[in-house]
Amino acid sequence: MLFLQYLISGIMTGGIYGLIGVGIVIIYKATQVFNFAVGTLMTLGALICVSLVTNFNFPFWLALPATLVLAGIIGVLIERIGLRPLLSQPVLSIIMATLAIESILRGLMLMIWTGYTISFPRGLFPGKTIFIGPLFISHEFLIAFVVAMISFALVGLFFYKTQTGLKMRVTAESHDVAMSLGVNITTIFAVAWALAVMVGTLSGVIIGNRLGLQVIITSAVAYKALPAIMLGGLDSVAGAIIGGLIVGVLEKMAGGYIDPKIAEITPYIILLLILMIRPEGIFGLKRIERI
Amino acid sequence: MWRPSGAIDDTYKKDMAIVRTKTHWSWLVVGLILLYLVPFFVSAVALNTVNYIAITIIALHGVNILTGMTGLITLGHASFIAVGAYLMTLMVVHLNINFWLAAPIAVLLTGLVGVIVGLPSLRIKGFYLAMATLAAQFIIPWLIVNVRSDLTGGTDGLNVPPPSIGGFLLTSQTSLFYLCMTMAVLVTFFTANLKRSRFGRAFISIRDNDLAAEIMGIAIVRYKLLSFFLCSAYAGLAGVLYAVWMRGISPEHFDLTESVWYLGMLIVGGMGSGIGVVFGAIIIRGLNIVVLYVAPLVGGFFSAATATAIELGFGPLVFGLVVMGFLIYEPRGLAMIWERFKAFYRLWPFSY
Repeated sequence: MLFLQYLISGIMTGGIYGLIGVGIVIIYKATQVFNFAVGTLMTLGALICVSLVTNFNFPFWLALPATLVLAGIIGVLIERIGLRPLLSQPVLSIIMATLAIESILRGLMLMIWTGYTISFPRGLFPGKTIFIGPLFISHEFLIAFVVAMISFALVGLFFYKTQTGLKMRVTAESHDVAMSLGVNITTIFAVAWALAVMVGTLSGVIIGNRLGLQVIITSAVAYKALPAIMLGGLDSVAGAIIGGLIVGVLEKMAGGYIDPKIAEITPYIILLLILMIRPEGIFGLKRIERI
Repeated sequence: MWRPSGAIDDTYKKDMAIVRTKTHWSWLVVGLILLYLVPFFVSAVALNTVNYIAITIIALHGVNILTGMTGLITLGHASFIAVGAYLMTLMVVHLNINFWLAAPIAVLLTGLVGVIVGLPSLRIKGFYLAMATLAAQFIIPWLIVNVRSDLTGGTDGLNVPPPSIGGFLLTSQTSLFYLCMTMAVLVTFFTANLKRSRFGRAFISIRDNDLAAEIMGIAIVRYKLLSFFLCSAYAGLAGVLYAVWMRGISPEHFDLTESVWYLGMLIVGGMGSGIGVVFGAIIIRGLNIVVLYVAPLVGGFFSAATATAIELGFGPLVFGLVVMGFLIYEPRGLAMIWERFKAFYRLWPFSY
């Protein structure tokens, strides 16, 4: 019974890891940029949402779409100002650029929202706990999980059913091929960043609603999404979700059966193991290198 | 790099020398003498910063070997520094080993830890490797805090007893200056020499294209692991000195942000360049001090609560902007600007 409880809470947490991971995968697929700034972007979106609700008295149903639009604009701006000039630079420059963006955003957020914990107002979601026999699921987690799953579905539909989604998949395959087929890849880059920051914002709102928002602590949650996407495969949206769920469950299991303290680093141990055994992940594409 | 025409080597010995011309020699001697006279001119507070910069230079040379020369990205450098600092302190405090014996052992052991962390590099590279070192950055501090926290002091950390030479305790900033700066000079010299040796050339060829390097007969397994060993041994030395300089260590001194800062310094200074390492360390650590004084001035225009927030966020903001600026406008860093300045100085008043 304890096993089932760990499984359920693991899946719930894993859903959030997966959602954060999707934000990274979208950008990586389209632009070959690994976005380390995803944690701060996520926190930034959530903090904007909180401010809209508390300081500007927006109702939540209006604040969330407004935040998502803003998030999209932020994503496009970051791509245009920060990463476009670094097109086709070495990996280290790209990694360092996203880390520098992270640092800039962290500084700005600390200035605007201070270092204290900020909470969403109570009662945005009905805060009950559902009991199924001896198992219990927090209502907030359930909503978070459902929202995460709906977002996955929407992202999937976008990728496989729309024209832009098709263009993004071509761009992911090869920039040269995409360009020769008449795809404007700079537009696709902008769309990818906008979409990724929106997804990140959504996960930030979900996390913030459950745990409150603190610039540094909330951003650090996103690092646990890295093992999830490495496990699933860096260029697979479905892989990110499944990886997220596996990492979430294993984290809860390790915390429950071995030692609560070890839960903290379980994702990173998984990460090391994947990198040593199967670096391309479960669903990832293995790239063959030529000189 | 290149010397003006007319400065010709007539023996192999001269051709191989690291300090090549009389001008070089005079600059070197005058520079070293001035460097060692610094404690007589600056205050103890400023000397404190100088020591910190010297320690940073040592650690940054390690990042330079691994990331700048070999092209293996590390996001876990701060955790290597933590290993060195903790190993030395644990040996001195719990095993009563003399500092001067414990320090080299700690440095070597840190190197071995680096080799273990570097094992994934045999299969993966690029940001996959960055990810593996990132995992180390999270796992190592966790191990320090949670495994035998009775020895390591857990999150509280440890106090470090000052080392002594024949009864003379190295506690003043001046005495620490001579220890740290001598080490920094030696490490800089060693790295400069390493870069032009067989090892350095192997590292650089692995950076440029590891498959091609392997085909040309370079044992990339050995050299990648050697690179990790050197990187973390340098980090271990920096950690030992950091512990002595700080007189106390705790896991939060060695977090991910610190690792990112080291990479940022490398970008600002210029990858793979010895002089760039020195510049990068001075600029970023110096900026940190400047921010410390400027942020309250900026915050003074606002209310007290906003002022605290601004002081908190100013450092990361400035660091991010500086690194981003260098990435976009001068990806080869201050070292390149220095090279251009030297060329300009040598040719002035002609343009070429």
